[in-house]
Amino acid sequence: MTEPLLQLSGVHTHIGPYHILHGVDFAVPAGELTMLLGRNGAGKTTTLRTIMGLWQASSGRIRFDGSDITAGSTPDIARAGIAYVPESMGIFTDLTVRENIVLAARSGPIDKSRLDWILGLFPALKRFWNLPAGNLSGGQKQMLAITRAIAEPRRLLLIDEPTKGLAPVMVRSMIEAFKALKASGETILLVEQNFHAASALGDNVVVMDDGRIVHSGAMSELVTDKALQQRLLGLSLDAHQ
Amino acid sequence: MSDMAAQSSAQTELPRAKTDWLPLLLIPALALLALPFVGSPSTWVTLTVAGLAMGMMIFLMASGLTLVFGLMDIINFGHGVFISLGAYATLLVLGPLAGWAQADSLGLNLGLLGLCILTAMGVTGIVGAVFERVIVRPVYGSHLKQILVTMGGLIVTEQLIHAIWGASPIPIPLPQSLRGAFVLGDIVMERYRVVAVIIGLVVFIGMQLLLNRTRIGLLIRAGVENPEMVEALGYRIRRLFVSVFIAGSALAGLGGVMWAFYRQTLTAGMGMEVMVLVFIVIIIGGLGSVGGCFVGSILVALVANYVGFIEPKLALISNILVMALVLIWRPQGLFPVARR
Repeated sequence: MTEPLLQLSGVHTHIGPYHILHGVDFAVPAGELTMLLGRNGAGKTTTLRTIMGLWQASSGRIRFDGSDITAGSTPDIARAGIAYVPESMGIFTDLTVRENIVLAARSGPIDKSRLDWILGLFPALKRFWNLPAGNLSGGQKQMLAITRAIAEPRRLLLIDEPTKGLAPVMVRSMIEAFKALKASGETILLVEQNFHAASALGDNVVVMDDGRIVHSGAMSELVTDKALQQRLLGLSLDAHQ
Repeated sequence: MSDMAAQSSAQTELPRAKTDWLPLLLIPALALLALPFVGSPSTWVTLTVAGLAMGMMIFLMASGLTLVFGLMDIINFGHGVFISLGAYATLLVLGPLAGWAQADSLGLNLGLLGLCILTAMGVTGIVGAVFERVIVRPVYGSHLKQILVTMGGLIVTEQLIHAIWGASPIPIPLPQSLRGAFVLGDIVMERYRVVAVIIGLVVFIGMQLLLNRTRIGLLIRAGVENPEMVEALGYRIRRLFVSVFIAGSALAGLGGVMWAFYRQTLTAGMGMEVMVLVFIVIIIGGLGSVGGCFVGSILVALVANYVGFIEPKLALISNILVMALVLIWRPQGLFPVARR
């Protein structure tokens, strides 16, 4: 069996006096889209931030592509090939859309064909190319945040609640963009509260509650098992259609 | 990308980026408002040029601090010592090249000033690197400790200046060609102040180009807003912090040279004496904003000059009044920087 691209084993994270993650274990297989689900405060964002080294794991191990990144610095983890889109999107509002993307391309000018492909996913960004990113709407900022994450080829994308607060039309276009990213072979770990979006995209699903993993498996299993949905998430997919 | 830019500009319904002109208009508005109170147009021009020169010198001394505060969230009360140190570093050049100051040659005189500036920036840059490593780095994230520790660093460094150069004030000569004034009719403009305006403008334009046209500038601007995201993009923000601290110290050194030649006397406390003004302009400008610092410096200096002429008794409180009025109008400063 091949080693997954990302593997968390018994990860504990403390933030100040608070014990947030309690021995988190899960794997993200290469080339697949893994959904991380759970109610507010379950520890999803903490998990992503711990993977990125923004908060250090107090114990446990995080392996990425065969290397131990548990104690790595955030820039080193990013340079290893992990891109992160935080829930706040982390857009530099004083910089233009172009400048935001230029900064994301660490190794030099962005490949023209790649840029064309990305802007094909998010055509709205073309119109705001030379405007401060602070002028963008919430959905456009999310597009920019994802564009920035994929401006150069990365091994793994960590994306935190990309559809949160977006209008339904924007959610739909975001789902289409993720489908295209998935089809291009990107490996993605996506935190999502919108179960409809999650079920439309995920190959695998990991469910968290109170800083622990309470379920992991194929998304198809969760989608078809209403009792499991009810038990894990307190909802059924039907209610979200 | 240029294709994309062209495509973008071809769109007609694009929303326009908003340029905030109001703070910029304050300067000409203030100057015009002062004219009837000053009375004589020639006196008004003299006061205005003197105010601009003073503003540029304050800008040179303050610009480094606003960058350091904006990017690193460091309250560096020791910034004033880099101004003093830069001023004293002129002695390293004026000692061996004293003849250049007396020479009746504009080239030699400006060359001397240039060498003083380069030496001062070098010395303060190196000391800034040590200051950041030894004094500032252990207290990242704690403002109270930063204030206490950087004040301590200031006192220690001032005492070192006393130990090296003595405690007595040291007079320094203004280079020959920079003495005196240009006289145009009734208008008198001191030569050195005109040079200060030119140097201030060059530094401001240089900083604007650096911040807006280079990757390192983009990183600094991005780091001011969201240092965590800059790290998540793979950049080592710590190195950027150190570089900006060194650059900020070097800029203070440059300001120190200009301030020293303006005063023509060196004292170890000369940097600390202007720190109140420096803090006022970076607060007025918007913490972390170089453009705001530039406008704030000119505003404060012009007000001080006009009020000092019109109603000298009010001169002492004019800066505080300006700060209060600006903050009532814009509590985040003239050009607030998007903050984390």
